Amino acid sequence: MLEIENLAVEVEGKTILENINLRVNKGELHAIMGPNGSGKSTLAYAIAGKGGYVIRNGKILLDGEDLTRLEPEERALKGIFLGFQEPPPLPGVKLSTLIVAALNKRRGVKDLTKLSSMRDYKAILEGLEKVGLSKSYALREANVGFSGGEKKRAEILQAMLLDPKIVILDEPDSGLDVEGVAKIAEIIGELRGEGKGLLVITHYARIFKHIKPDKVSILVNGKIVAKGGGELAYKVDDEGYKSFS
Amino acid sequence: MTTNNAEELLSAYSPEDVLGYAKPVKTSLIIKGKLSRGIVEEISRAKKEPGWMLRLRLRALELFEKLPTPNWVIGLEELDLEELAYYVRPDVKEPAVTYEDLPPEIRDYYDKLGIPEMEAKLLSGITFQFESETVYHKAKETLEKKGVIMLPMEEAVIKYPDLVKQYFSKIYPIADHKFAALHYALWSGGAFVYIPKGVKVTEPIEAFFLIGQSLEGQFEHSLIIADENSYLHFIEGCSAPMLKRYSFHDGAVELYAHGGSAIKFTTIQNWSKNVVNFNNKRGIAEENARIDWIEGGLGSRITYTYPSSILKGANSSSSSIVIQMSKGPYVKDSGSKMYHLAPNTRSKIINKSISVDGGVNIYRGLVKINKGAVKARSHVECQSLILDDHSYAYTYPHNQVEEPSAIITHEATTGRIGEEQLFYLRQRSLTEQEATSLIAIGFIEDVMKDMPFEYVNILRKVIEIEFSKVGGLG
Repeated sequence: MLEIENLAVEVEGKTILENINLRVNKGELHAIMGPNGSGKSTLAYAIAGKGGYVIRNGKILLDGEDLTRLEPEERALKGIFLGFQEPPPLPGVKLSTLIVAALNKRRGVKDLTKLSSMRDYKAILEGLEKVGLSKSYALREANVGFSGGEKKRAEILQAMLLDPKIVILDEPDSGLDVEGVAKIAEIIGELRGEGKGLLVITHYARIFKHIKPDKVSILVNGKIVAKGGGELAYKVDDEGYKSFS
Repeated sequence: MTTNNAEELLSAYSPEDVLGYAKPVKTSLIIKGKLSRGIVEEISRAKKEPGWMLRLRLRALELFEKLPTPNWVIGLEELDLEELAYYVRPDVKEPAVTYEDLPPEIRDYYDKLGIPEMEAKLLSGITFQFESETVYHKAKETLEKKGVIMLPMEEAVIKYPDLVKQYFSKIYPIADHKFAALHYALWSGGAFVYIPKGVKVTEPIEAFFLIGQSLEGQFEHSLIIADENSYLHFIEGCSAPMLKRYSFHDGAVELYAHGGSAIKFTTIQNWSKNVVNFNNKRGIAEENARIDWIEGGLGSRITYTYPSSILKGANSSSSSIVIQMSKGPYVKDSGSKMYHLAPNTRSKIINKSISVDGGVNIYRGLVKINKGAVKARSHVECQSLILDDHSYAYTYPHNQVEEPSAIITHEATTGRIGEEQLFYLRQRSLTEQEATSLIAIGFIEDVMKDMPFEYVNILRKVIEIEFSKVGGLG
């Protein structure tokens, strides 16, 4: 369970988020919706511990443990996964090498880049098929020359394989066609079914046509201005954010 | 390599860690003092070499005295030739043919470098130079059966004077620059290889050079001649233990690839951090011949190396792949040179450098296409990876094209590891150092496939270890 209490976040001396209170339970899909510049990605980065995102107030708790002062890699090992809105290209680093390194790190294997079990490789290949990427992507350089949609598929693939407790997805459907969005939604549903907590950050409710969120929080100008059930997502879709500001 | 040796080598931080502090090794002759005719004559006498070689040395000494210090040489403030021993003969009467015959101190270095295992598994011949002389030399029977001549350089001068005279200093000219002249005045050691027509040597031949003491000069000279339609892969390894003060390496390599032959020349340079390193390499390719240079530069205080190919015959080709890593207050000054003299000649230069912790990498390359080298092609790729804001990479590519039908393509990129990449990998649970090493290994991954497997493993490990603070990853 992820709990965010009274969080205030500053970037370059400017307050971006204030008084954020959220809770993502196990097996629950929580949507954060808001217009551009409302601080959605800042929230994702602050939870993951990105440098420069200064937590001025409040706490981030995972299963009761305070993560607020931990390094990004420590938070990741505790079970926080962030699917990036724009994952950076990693020239020379194969997608499979990246995943193998992350898996080995979690198991305490010293040689990070060495495949420790053929099962891992098999899981990567099956995962690729599932997210709609061809097997050859295992040997492609991660995020290099990937289209927007391919990047999103590779991010959700990692969410599946790294077995985190909390999956934060920042705009998981941008750049995807209808079929792709449906696929991502299906995988989100499965992750929820496995008991993971999901925090899905999005501007549009497009993905929620395929999967209904359990909770919705509306973020405008760095503050949560409304909270509700899944229906709230469809209301935003019909009316936009005007009524909340 | 046995597991023990491999592990020791791999878990070490640097050659100093593998080889430890320099240990005293018995010597039977040391020549030092103010550089003069007398010194050169003394070296020649010690080697009992023919008059023509002494004359070549003396001509080189004159040129050394006349030639100016090249303006591209930086960082030699400490180098004082008068302090150096120009010639150090270890107390070994003749090159050992069995490894048990080596003096135990030398054998210890040899063991620590894992050379006996590599010899057994990988190589068809090996020559091991300690200080100024070859101390161990062995060619497998298969080489002899094929008519391959493989000898310590001075033995070849005596046994095959006509063959040596025909090529020695004809490929890498004495007057090329001041330190080339110095090399020819003082040269000692190195390997001579001749591959007869049509003979393909499938297992590599390796030469290993070790400097054992401070304030010593090593000037080995290797000459490789591939006769028509032959093939050879030659590997050169360099290392030194921890030295109290600097030492100076000024070696030379000459390759001659006759029609239709191919020579692949790999250098793994891992001098300790106190070695000033000049590595003068040049090859000539006749019609349809090919020369491939591969160099991985890890160690040394400062390195100057410019593998060069002269594409003399039509349809000849050459590639040069150089990977340099400068970590700490060290400099690598390198750059490949390709001279296209004939039609349809092709060359490819790939230079990759990693600079970190104040390290500096400099690329000075040259592609020269002469008039008449019709439809010559060259591709140059320089990629620099800079890992922090106090490390540097400079690229000075130079093209001279006199043939209108020739095409040169050039790509240069300088990259820094982005904050975004580091954060992304840390979000995937890697530490900053693990993330950096993953990106650095990725950066050179595509060129490592051209290296012998054993070396790739060592190289990967060295990089991983270089980026972790103490005692390896994890």
